[in-house]
Amino acid sequence: MYPEITEITVLPGRDKNGMQETFDRIVIRPGETLSIVGPTGSGKSALIGDIEIFAREDTATGRTVLVNGGMPPEDLVRDPSKKPVALITQNTKCLADLSVQEFLSMHVRSRRIEREGIVAETIALANEFTGEEITAGARMTALSGGQTRSLMVADAITIGNTPIIILDEVENAGIFKHRVIETLRAYGKAVIFVTHDPLVSLMCDRRIVMRNGTVAKIIERDGEEEKALAAIRKMDGILSALRERIRAGESITEAAFAS
Amino acid sequence: MKLIVIAGPPSAGKTAVVRQIVRNLQATAAIAYLKIDVVRAFEDEELRKEFGIPARKVYSGDLCPDHAGIMVMRDAIAWAAGEGADILIVESAGLCLRCSPYLTQSLGIVVISAVSGTHAPLKMGPMIALADVAVVTRIDLVSQAEKEVFRERILEVAPGIEIVETNALQGTGMRYLIRRIEETGDIEDEDTIEVRGVPPLGVCTICVGKKEIGWQRHFGVVRKLDGADWIFRGE
Repeated sequence: MYPEITEITVLPGRDKNGMQETFDRIVIRPGETLSIVGPTGSGKSALIGDIEIFAREDTATGRTVLVNGGMPPEDLVRDPSKKPVALITQNTKCLADLSVQEFLSMHVRSRRIEREGIVAETIALANEFTGEEITAGARMTALSGGQTRSLMVADAITIGNTPIIILDEVENAGIFKHRVIETLRAYGKAVIFVTHDPLVSLMCDRRIVMRNGTVAKIIERDGEEEKALAAIRKMDGILSALRERIRAGESITEAAFAS
Repeated sequence: MKLIVIAGPPSAGKTAVVRQIVRNLQATAAIAYLKIDVVRAFEDEELRKEFGIPARKVYSGDLCPDHAGIMVMRDAIAWAAGEGADILIVESAGLCLRCSPYLTQSLGIVVISAVSGTHAPLKMGPMIALADVAVVTRIDLVSQAEKEVFRERILEVAPGIEIVETNALQGTGMRYLIRRIEETGDIEDEDTIEVRGVPPLGVCTICVGKKEIGWQRHFGVVRKLDGADWIFRGE
């Protein structure tokens, strides 16, 4: 369906003071995971915005984004059904006054997909990401933040079938982040996480550190952080278990930490 | 001189789109701006202050705004030409979805907000169907899937329309609209400009289907570009 996307390249622009950015280029390939970290206002959203719309020195940052090393063909940028990037933001809301089934069916139609059962498959996949079950008959507008995001991630994988998925603070709003990361890896997607979550960022192959509107540093995962990652995984497991127990209305005593 | 007519429901982001057009083209073209509204409008003052371009407004008051627009259009073209404009941008009040203010020999742009709901394009009939370009604003607030569904809805109403998706405040994606404006030809003969669609049936000269522009060719309630400071206060 797409021309094969082998890489997306971000070329530098300018920081908030108008100074040339110091990185050479950032190349993202299918199957890779990348996190973007940095304080609020450091330029994380602007960076994913540049990637999402294939900036061509026409955004505030002055960056350029290439596909397979060259300027992307126009319909790939302009026709969302051909666009290789899906962005799922923290304020992704669905305003369509339709049921989940109707909305997904409409998306399937707009993509001219004829495979049967794809809507049910999408809903089932979404339900792997969230603890609150999404039903086919639920109104889109009535879904919670976590349900909407889970559904949009699943939609991007199955119906959208986009090679690159950008997830803006996916860790918020009750979504099983492990499972999302593992599923996206299994499907060979390039995934970019904007995150404040230690586990999500350490699980990624690379970490882009933003400061003052510019890429300050790119940290490659080289094994030195493995120990930390293992420790964080453990802590995250404890916290997840605690969260479930609190949700279930249990009182949390010393014993809860033992496992 | 090029003529650009911008329509779209209230709060769709029409003026934000105008700002982006002026920002992008001001260096290469002299731009004049006319806002047509019913009761109150501030866009002319804002744009004059922000960009130093000739800008004015006309209140339709007891008329429908598209009617007022048709009435003043010849005056407006003459005014903009007198100001030395290369481009005249006319922004409608965007109230009536049945009438559409697009003219022949001009570029018709409809501005629709991506957050206005999946069915919005289907409800807007001629306002979308007769436009050349649909600018979809607030694209940053909806999901990828919703963008695709929304686009499909617009194409259902107007299969050949060019769609430009933008976050108009930041101007992302506007390069395609700017290019379309640059490719738009000048007015060839202002005496032969007509409304693109047939107005609804009714009792005024516009409403009975007279397509000529300019108050000189109409009777009944007429309005000139000068002396348009009457404010509608209801019955």
